[in-house]
Amino acid sequence: MSTSLFTKVVHRQLLLAFRRPAALLNPLTFYAVVIALMPLGLGPERQVLADFAPGLLWIAALLASLLSAETLLRSDYDDGSLEQIVTSGGSVYLAALGYVISHWLITGLPLMLLVPLFSQLLSMPTEGVLALVASIGVGTLLLSALGTLGAALTVALRRGGMLISLLLLPLEVPVLILGAGLVERAISGLAIQGLLSILIGLAVLAVTLVPIAIAASIRISLEV
Amino acid sequence: MAWTWFHRLGSPPWIYHFAGRVLRYLLPLTLLMLCVGAVWGLAFAPPDFRQGNSYRIIYIHVPVSVVALAGYYVMAIAGAVSLIWRMKVADLMMRVAAPIGAGLTLLALVTGAVWGKPTWGTWWVWDARITSMVILLFLYIGVYALYEAYDNKTLAAKACAILSLVGTVNIPIIYKSVDWWYSLHQPASIKFTGGTTIDPSMLYPLLLMISAVYALYVCLLLLGLRAGLIDSESTTNWVKREVLGEH
Repeated sequence: MSTSLFTKVVHRQLLLAFRRPAALLNPLTFYAVVIALMPLGLGPERQVLADFAPGLLWIAALLASLLSAETLLRSDYDDGSLEQIVTSGGSVYLAALGYVISHWLITGLPLMLLVPLFSQLLSMPTEGVLALVASIGVGTLLLSALGTLGAALTVALRRGGMLISLLLLPLEVPVLILGAGLVERAISGLAIQGLLSILIGLAVLAVTLVPIAIAASIRISLEV
Repeated sequence: MAWTWFHRLGSPPWIYHFAGRVLRYLLPLTLLMLCVGAVWGLAFAPPDFRQGNSYRIIYIHVPVSVVALAGYYVMAIAGAVSLIWRMKVADLMMRVAAPIGAGLTLLALVTGAVWGKPTWGTWWVWDARITSMVILLFLYIGVYALYEAYDNKTLAAKACAILSLVGTVNIPIIYKSVDWWYSLHQPASIKFTGGTTIDPSMLYPLLLMISAVYALYVCLLLLGLRAGLIDSESTTNWVKREVLGEH
């Protein structure tokens, strides 16, 4: 019973995403637009863009995950699915875990696969591409966990839009620092295993522990 | 029997009167300590041989920063207590701690900038400690904003408790990562005061000021708590008796 709540949520979220491809494409389009704005703001000089590329690619990833987190639980809250999950008697923790994993599959994974392409738009040195893919892949897992928490805390509020960014961005600072730092180290030819291990450790911590907070927040939001 | 003190904490009128009794003695003591500490530090402590008199802002900056950091843990512990024991007083404590903490953090940043101008020649540098304080300010504002966004204040307190507990786990990680980030991007060279030791003639007023600001924090917390209790219990009989002065 309780294990199936995890698979049910993941299955349902993926089904919804594929039935409405706009949901799948919007974060990526947003990411592409933000990246395209960077040369317009900084100038087209290749060296300047290459210097800033790791940071810019990571900041855009933070913003894109924020954008999709905002609407993550909205429709399930409005149509009563969340309430059904809580009253079903199954583990809300596993359902929360399902939301985190499905959010990563829908936003993090595609970004991880496409980010080498975006990195070349900013002429990032190719030595860093592998590190970028790894750091985005692991880092977005952290972002999905925190993003789902932000969504669960604000889903019952009609004016939650701006609030969620205020709640999430300070908590996501370590992801940005470690992610962008990892890519910079790779570009300068330094070893990245240590940092990558820390990032993976944090991701494991977040994916296992944050769903507890998400489950509690979902219960609170349903009482409003 | 041993638990009666604990059950009393659940009673708003008892807390209200207890806070009042504490404030009657603590408030004058705090003001005395602030005055003595400030005059001692700003007028009588010897000037620093390198920074001259500009270092004297340490007597405001350091106490405020120390208490601003400790305040987040006060808020998070109050949040944990409110989640575990459903205690109304803990809810209020957390609600009051957020704006006080944000104010102290802002004060720490402003006094730091004022100190930085004569010492470093600039108002602002992205130094590890300053960056951590900025993030702390955002964390405080986030808790406050989340509380204000909920109409039902009981639920607001629960949501804020969860957020501040997640923040508590995250704060050491943020600090470590900011430290690491700073060592990665270390700019030219900004050296804080050369020596790490501080002379007792400068240290004693500093310790007094730190104690004074801690006491001030407790006073502000209790004052806010009393105001919050009157507000949230405004329909009950004990508040009516209190306001009308009937005992």
